[in-house]
Amino acid sequence: MSATIQTENGRRASPVFSVVATIAKTLGTIAITMLGLLFITFVIGRIMPIDPLISILGERASKEMYEATYIKLGLDKPLVVQFFYYLWDVVRGDFGVSRLTARPVIDDIIRVFPATLELATIGTIIGVFVGIPLGVVAAVKRGTWIDQTARVIALVGYSMPIFWLGLVGLLVFYGILGWVGGPGRVGIFYVDIVPTVTGLILVDSILDGQWDVFRDAVSHIILPASLLGYYSLAYISRMTRSFMLEQMNAEYVTTARVKGLSEWAVVWRHAFGNIKVPLITVVALSYAGLLEGSVLTEIIFSWPGIGSYITTALLSADMNAVLGGTVVVGLVFVCLNIFSDMLYKFFDPRAR
Amino acid sequence: MRHITKLIAGTAIGLTMAMGTLPVYAETPANMLVIANRIDDIITLDPAESFEFAGSDVSRNVYGKLVNFDPLNLDAGYEPDLAESWVVSEDGKTITFTMREGVKFHSGNPVTAEDAEFSLRRAVTLNKTPSFILTQFGFNADNVNDVIVADGNTLSITTDKKYATSFVLNCLAAVIGGIVDKKTVMANEVDGDLGNNWLKTNSAGSGAYKVVSWKPNESVTLSANEDFYKGAPAMKRVIVRHIQESATQRLLLEKGDIDVARNLNPEDVAGISGKEGIAIDNELRGRLMYFSLNQKHPELAKPQVRQALKYLADYEGMQNSFLNGQYTIHQAFLPRTYLGAIDDKPFNLDIEKAKAMLAEAGVADLEIEVGVREAQERVEIAQSLQNTFAQAGIKLNITVGTAKQILTRYRARELDMYLGAWGPDYPDPQTNAGTFAYNPDNSDEAKATGLLAYRNAWDPGDMNQQVEAAVVEADRDVRGKMYEDMQREHQMNSPFAVMFQKIEQTGRAEAVKNLKLGGAVTAVAYWPVTK
Repeated sequence: MSATIQTENGRRASPVFSVVATIAKTLGTIAITMLGLLFITFVIGRIMPIDPLISILGERASKEMYEATYIKLGLDKPLVVQFFYYLWDVVRGDFGVSRLTARPVIDDIIRVFPATLELATIGTIIGVFVGIPLGVVAAVKRGTWIDQTARVIALVGYSMPIFWLGLVGLLVFYGILGWVGGPGRVGIFYVDIVPTVTGLILVDSILDGQWDVFRDAVSHIILPASLLGYYSLAYISRMTRSFMLEQMNAEYVTTARVKGLSEWAVVWRHAFGNIKVPLITVVALSYAGLLEGSVLTEIIFSWPGIGSYITTALLSADMNAVLGGTVVVGLVFVCLNIFSDMLYKFFDPRAR
Repeated sequence: MRHITKLIAGTAIGLTMAMGTLPVYAETPANMLVIANRIDDIITLDPAESFEFAGSDVSRNVYGKLVNFDPLNLDAGYEPDLAESWVVSEDGKTITFTMREGVKFHSGNPVTAEDAEFSLRRAVTLNKTPSFILTQFGFNADNVNDVIVADGNTLSITTDKKYATSFVLNCLAAVIGGIVDKKTVMANEVDGDLGNNWLKTNSAGSGAYKVVSWKPNESVTLSANEDFYKGAPAMKRVIVRHIQESATQRLLLEKGDIDVARNLNPEDVAGISGKEGIAIDNELRGRLMYFSLNQKHPELAKPQVRQALKYLADYEGMQNSFLNGQYTIHQAFLPRTYLGAIDDKPFNLDIEKAKAMLAEAGVADLEIEVGVREAQERVEIAQSLQNTFAQAGIKLNITVGTAKQILTRYRARELDMYLGAWGPDYPDPQTNAGTFAYNPDNSDEAKATGLLAYRNAWDPGDMNQQVEAAVVEADRDVRGKMYEDMQREHQMNSPFAVMFQKIEQTGRAEAVKNLKLGGAVTAVAYWPVTK
């Protein structure tokens, strides 16, 4: 089938070409963003006042050993050359070996990222399903006790240090009440029971039909995910409320009311329909933020995620791991951006 | 991360009140030992390369050695392990070990002299960070095939000159002396790496446990070797979980989800002391905290000044306040539990005495700079010293820097004074004597920057010979006595003021018995543990 059509002014435009162009443009954007990201992290990594060799060899290594390693790592080459070496490796999917874990960085990331993904996804789901209704209701019932309560909840979530909430949460729900599991992704008895397929324990345990493990994993994830959920809920509900307030004052809302539409239809179909697009940005940003890994939450809950992986690597000048981790986080950001762009087009015909 | 930790610690202190009494709900299985520890320092499990605390903990339980320490009787020193006995040649240079018969590796292969030969040669050839523990006896990649030789059931080791047998054997009891399974390791060799890459994350030993998995920053899981030659361990599985925070470790311990918490801070130790079902152990470790004076500084080179400053540290005050439960007063260069260690504490805070000594030396208005790495307890010690020095009219300027900044200046002999920690490298007194009290060439050209005495531009004089003599003394007890004498002189006259020795406080379920962390000389042993 011919994919070309004749346009009015006689020029031929190919829809296939336009799709290819869009894809090429998107890929180009990704490539440029990633290149910039790589370059900046690389430079920061090289000017950090940490001697990577001391952390590799220890303080008492001999001078010969020090120099041999220095040359072996290519640190004697000019920075620009080092950068291109690195770039070439990354393009081939080789992030090098992490010094701290003695494994390829890519394997480490495959191990730690699912832990963060699992936590961030559930956290965001909680944030969306509680935060958006809360924000909408607060805006509609502006100035009432409902609005005040919602604002206090949001404010507390926004301003309360997450490590404090985490420790208190553990103390109350795990320590005293015993409702949830303790730190870690699963209890000691359930470690290494289900084979790793996706790396997401909630999914892997279902795939393997191990409902015990699934229940245990849920009991372990519920508290840290709720905490992150609370955090993102606070943000999402505040933004939803302010978007909604703007809409509720608009003339079309008054018109809709005059037309005799039900309040439900006015709020959810008309006003809410108009804030979907900015909300997508808010949710995507909040999700991306959680996907970076919440270091404090990960430390308190002994959650082996990407946040603590990158932080530990950074503090020990394990630059392969830091750069690898940063590339992955950067990719996640870019992909989420593209995804939310696509959602815009779906929800907003003007953006098509 | 330090700020994060501080914030969390602050919160945890606040919560200590709230914790009150938590009911114990769960219990770990009777044949499983679950430990919370910080294991993010493990970078390799290969005994030829491993030089970190948590790595040594794994290695000690996985690899047998020619000689080893009995966890329940560390004072006895090294004892036969995979070597049943040994004889020393007349010239004192060759030790011939007879291997124990019937011991098997986890793979089922028998442990032979050939494996021991391979393991020690391999450690020398790979030349990783801890290799100096072996190469100080004159071994190198070129001569290793001649000096480490298996013959039938025996293995002989020939050193470049005569050394005290106890010195050589103590070094063989270090992590690097671990005997690996030659067949298994060589089956996993890649590009002539002698299996190094494979052994980083796998194990091939004959010890009480084998490694099931090491997940970085997450856990180490060991399972019992039922064929262990000393008998199958009671704990069939040992799981060490990486739990960063003290407050979290405490919560898990109180809930009974772990048996042992190894990184409790003093607040949390205080919080659970005396609770039912929980016991606290205090064990001395090898790390020393000291300050030292650069002998290039004309005033600091005066003997009275060196001694006066040792009377200007508030040892008691620091031990009982911010170092409580982490460090104990110790004033000699060998940590207690080492061969030849002494417990003499001649110095206490005595401002008048110090003032008199400074006056005698004709010192007034002294201003010196101390270099400190940015670690909380070190900075706090420096501040305490600043305060007590000031009372005797000495102005102490504290320079805080990264490890690299401070160490570079220390090695270049540029600091007036250094304040820091020193940990022994291997379980023989020479490890500290050879650095605190030994510096045969004090000239700038010597560049012996590895020696602490050199870094302080100190010429130990006669003590050099004493150190050399102790290294070749054949009789273990006489040798111990030599170190005792050396330290008594050293603590009075050297520019080193050793102040504290590390204590490790461990919280454990009361039912857990015989858990020994290994003192200052070695690492934790799981095989004697029962519960």
